[in-house]
Amino acid sequence: MNINATLIGQMIAFAVFVWFCMKYVWPPLLGAIEERQKKIADGLEASDQAEKDLAEAQAKAAEQVKEAKSQAADIIEQAKKRANQLVDEETQKGHAEREKIIAQGYAEIEAERNRAREDLRKQVSALAIAGAEKILAREIDKEAQADIVAKLVDEL
Amino acid sequence: MASEYTTTEYIQHHLTNATMCTTESGIAFNKACKDAGFWVWNIDTLAWSIGLGILFLWLFTSAAKKATTGVPTKWQAFIELVIDFVNTNVKDTFHGKNSLIAPLALTIFVWVFLMNLMDLVPVDILPTIAGLVGSTFFGMDPHDVYMKAVPTTDLNLTFALALGVFVLIVYYSIKIKGISGFMKELTLQPFNHWAFIPVNFILESVTLIARPVSLALRLFGNLYASELIFILIATLGLWQLPLHFPWAVFHILVLPLQAFIFMMLTIVYLSLAHEDH
Repeated sequence: MNINATLIGQMIAFAVFVWFCMKYVWPPLLGAIEERQKKIADGLEASDQAEKDLAEAQAKAAEQVKEAKSQAADIIEQAKKRANQLVDEETQKGHAEREKIIAQGYAEIEAERNRAREDLRKQVSALAIAGAEKILAREIDKEAQADIVAKLVDEL
Repeated sequence: MASEYTTTEYIQHHLTNATMCTTESGIAFNKACKDAGFWVWNIDTLAWSIGLGILFLWLFTSAAKKATTGVPTKWQAFIELVIDFVNTNVKDTFHGKNSLIAPLALTIFVWVFLMNLMDLVPVDILPTIAGLVGSTFFGMDPHDVYMKAVPTTDLNLTFALALGVFVLIVYYSIKIKGISGFMKELTLQPFNHWAFIPVNFILESVTLIARPVSLALRLFGNLYASELIFILIATLGLWQLPLHFPWAVFHILVLPLQAFIFMMLTIVYLSLAHEDH
């Protein structure tokens, strides 16, 4: 129970322990703790960043999809318009063609009729002349009677 | 309790350190050292405290060597828990740059705690083993073999710790404030007038010296008292069984608390030494 030399021995032991702890125990352990804390902090930050990036990318993707959809709708709209236009054009062309063909047909028919009528008239006039020749039974001066024949032909 | 003791003898036997000294006839032990004066070594205190100190350093260096910054093992996590606990306390109290204070606080906390923990070893085991070893191998009377296994119940140890802290207090006071600054602190407070210098000096010296003394006596007193009560309980025969348990449970609180108080006050005193007025 007395103070004795043990005091000195204990002080030396204390000093050595503290020195050893300061040199070999404290720095590596605290260093490991602090490094891990930094790692965790970095990891959390990175995960936050990744979350933000993800949200951004999703928004961007949604926008792109929307844009693509509207473009597609535009294209379809245009295609429909064009198709209608084509159909209209073809229809019009067809109509025009038909009209033309019909008109041509009429024109041909008209021309044919006119020719036939002309022929008929010529033949009738020839017949009339022949008939008149026979009726008159005499030689008539063709030249002198030509105006009568022409009148006849006109009346036909 | 051995039957051939009286209760007083039993208690005294448990509270006596094993001592060693050098006399004219060579190395002597225990009773032969009664008149050796200062140069007596309490070998049980020295052996247990140094052994526990080495245990502390070995436990912590084994963790430090394998320390990884990745996922720690459970052992490393436990050690880091202690380190972090000490580090938080140091950071909360001491706001300077000093690479000594934190390891000092860790050493005090864990070492004192381990030494206090010896208090929970049943009081008869170690003295009985020591007595058996002494009588078997050295032919000694077991009554003359002493073994006081709780180093913190030895004033020499608690004063050694407190004086170590005191030396640091003075060292840092002078280092931070200079000798003149330290002297001013001792003489011009609390009454800042030249006429009060002697009064101030007495007051401040008492304050300064009371720090290590209170540190040492607090730890010693608490542990000595608790050890004494453990020994008293052990003299009660069968009644010790129901009494021993609550007293031991109580010490689950007391032992770490004393280690913590010693550490905390050390940090506070050293941070005061760093404060420049």
